[in-house]
Amino acid sequence: MAKEKKDIISRRSIIKAGVGLGALGLSSKSLLAKEANNKNLPPNVPEWTETLGDGVDVNPYGMPSEFESNVIRRNVEWLTASTESSVNFTPLQDLEGIVTPNGLCFERHHGGTAIINPVDYRLMINGLVDREMIFTLDDLKRFPQVNKFYFLECAANGGMEWKGSQLNGCQYTFGMVHNVQYTGVKLSDLIQETGLKNNAKWVLAEGSDSSGMTRSIPIEKIKDDCIIAWAMNGEALRPEQGYPIRLVVPGWEGNMWVKWLRRIEFGDKPYMTREETSKYTDLLSDGKARMFTWVMDAKSVITSPCPEKPVLQKGIHQIRGLAWSGRGKIKRVDVSLDGGKNWKTAQLHSPVLEKSLTRFTIPFEWNGEEMLLQSRAIDETNYVQPTIKELQNIRGVNSIYHNNSIATWLISKNGKVDNVRLG
Amino acid sequence: MLDLGKYIIFSLLSIFFSISSFSETRKFNIGKIATKQEVAGWDIDIRPDGLGAPKGSGDALSGEEVYAERCASCHGDFGEGIDRWPELVGGSGTLSSHDPVKTTGSYWPYASTIYDYVYRSMPFGEAQSLTYDETYKIVAYLLNMNDIIDEDFILSNENIGKIKMPNRNGFLLPDPRPDVKNLNGNPCMKNCNTPTKIIGKARDIDVTPEDEKS
Repeated sequence: MAKEKKDIISRRSIIKAGVGLGALGLSSKSLLAKEANNKNLPPNVPEWTETLGDGVDVNPYGMPSEFESNVIRRNVEWLTASTESSVNFTPLQDLEGIVTPNGLCFERHHGGTAIINPVDYRLMINGLVDREMIFTLDDLKRFPQVNKFYFLECAANGGMEWKGSQLNGCQYTFGMVHNVQYTGVKLSDLIQETGLKNNAKWVLAEGSDSSGMTRSIPIEKIKDDCIIAWAMNGEALRPEQGYPIRLVVPGWEGNMWVKWLRRIEFGDKPYMTREETSKYTDLLSDGKARMFTWVMDAKSVITSPCPEKPVLQKGIHQIRGLAWSGRGKIKRVDVSLDGGKNWKTAQLHSPVLEKSLTRFTIPFEWNGEEMLLQSRAIDETNYVQPTIKELQNIRGVNSIYHNNSIATWLISKNGKVDNVRLG
Repeated sequence: MLDLGKYIIFSLLSIFFSISSFSETRKFNIGKIATKQEVAGWDIDIRPDGLGAPKGSGDALSGEEVYAERCASCHGDFGEGIDRWPELVGGSGTLSSHDPVKTTGSYWPYASTIYDYVYRSMPFGEAQSLTYDETYKIVAYLLNMNDIIDEDFILSNENIGKIKMPNRNGFLLPDPRPDVKNLNGNPCMKNCNTPTKIIGKARDIDVTPEDEKS
């Protein structure tokens, strides 16, 4: 692979041959030079100035720079039996601002990505309604629309860290979250079309993928802010995010945001599906399990420095991070450099939206000493992000789900960063 | 099951109502009225009380054969689970242990959920290919393997809502969160009393995937 420097030529021919991003990423990895090429530095004229670049017909759908080929979703092979019923993780450590690019939003499937031709798409609404109805995608787009940023977090985000620090990366310990702007129709508007019986108290949302994903949602939440979405960040949903339609359940665990949504049934009791009984229930140390723990409590993470982003030189750096809460807006984020003994309040960057990722930064100076970095979110309900010890004391270590505790990144004297557990 | 005549009558009624009496109450007049037949094809969920259970039956004795053919290659002949595929049998008494084993027998609170899930999404990659009777047989086999019903018990739409599962009362409602101490938005900022000794490093566990080195 690319031992010589005929980089540009081989790169171009790859693009022209129409090879997909995967192959391109792989080959460009080896093109990535560690050291700068002096020929491209002042006072010399760089090679990209001396030649023409690609024309406007080369990339009808633009892709990231090939030098960003390490910014990808990653999975943990040993976690699951098959990749079709598995998860990968958003590379939070490489992202800025609050918007997650569509191609980097983590995926969680239970039967692989369903591929649906939109002309074959139908949404059925049945059960305790005045009129059982069927809508096409075009029908749905005729309703009044909303455009809203929301985070989506898997309830199992950080689930591998209950007993101790296990995965050495920001991506693997916090990456089951993404934040995009959804376009869709409010379910409360759709209900006006079907009518609702007085005894309709619960909704069953059902996917049309091979797992037929189903979750029960109380009617109050459905009427409050749930959306039937067809677009994310301005373009159609990606197939892996539920194309052509997914359910948006703001602030609540990602498992409820049914993708490839085919049916909404209204009933008078919860349905007790596999996902809300055998999974997504929080086992406590006495063997009892909490059920219907829907909301995602406030959480934050320092996305840089982190295990993937070591501190490369002494002096001033910017701590960057993300905070979010399923109960509303983030009010404040504090950062500690000494493992939680002393805290300083970080700067929040606008927009600060409810149930959305919020960006924070704070400068810090590194002089080659050890540091224990932590961040702590406070939301507008005055809820304070807890330590893992506080959660363990109440819930034990077998919950899997809803670990929203403070993480610790150790900066070592050599600048490397580790996921560590304090005690 | 309704006969075709009734379907047609239902459909005609639906069309009639959609263009007459109901049309005023619809705010947007978007979408079409679903026929009973259309709904019946997609409405496959079953509730704990048995609502929605399709007519059918099966016992564990006949279920063993269906299970062996359609389930055992992943879940094992006795529900023990092969490789990382889920185990379906056993785990009784482990829920409060260091290593809880959550199976249909030890954890699942409702038999209806097993039927619903097996019918809608199993076998993995061949969703909704089982018949109703085959599904009842498989569920009966699993319940029998977990010592919940006898091997000749005929599980059906009539009784699936009445099966008592061992962990039926193992779940807590409502959600008690926020369950941590209420700091009212004012946590400690200076000289806080918190342990800062490193007691574990993910690097030492060494299970983090590494990118391929080029």
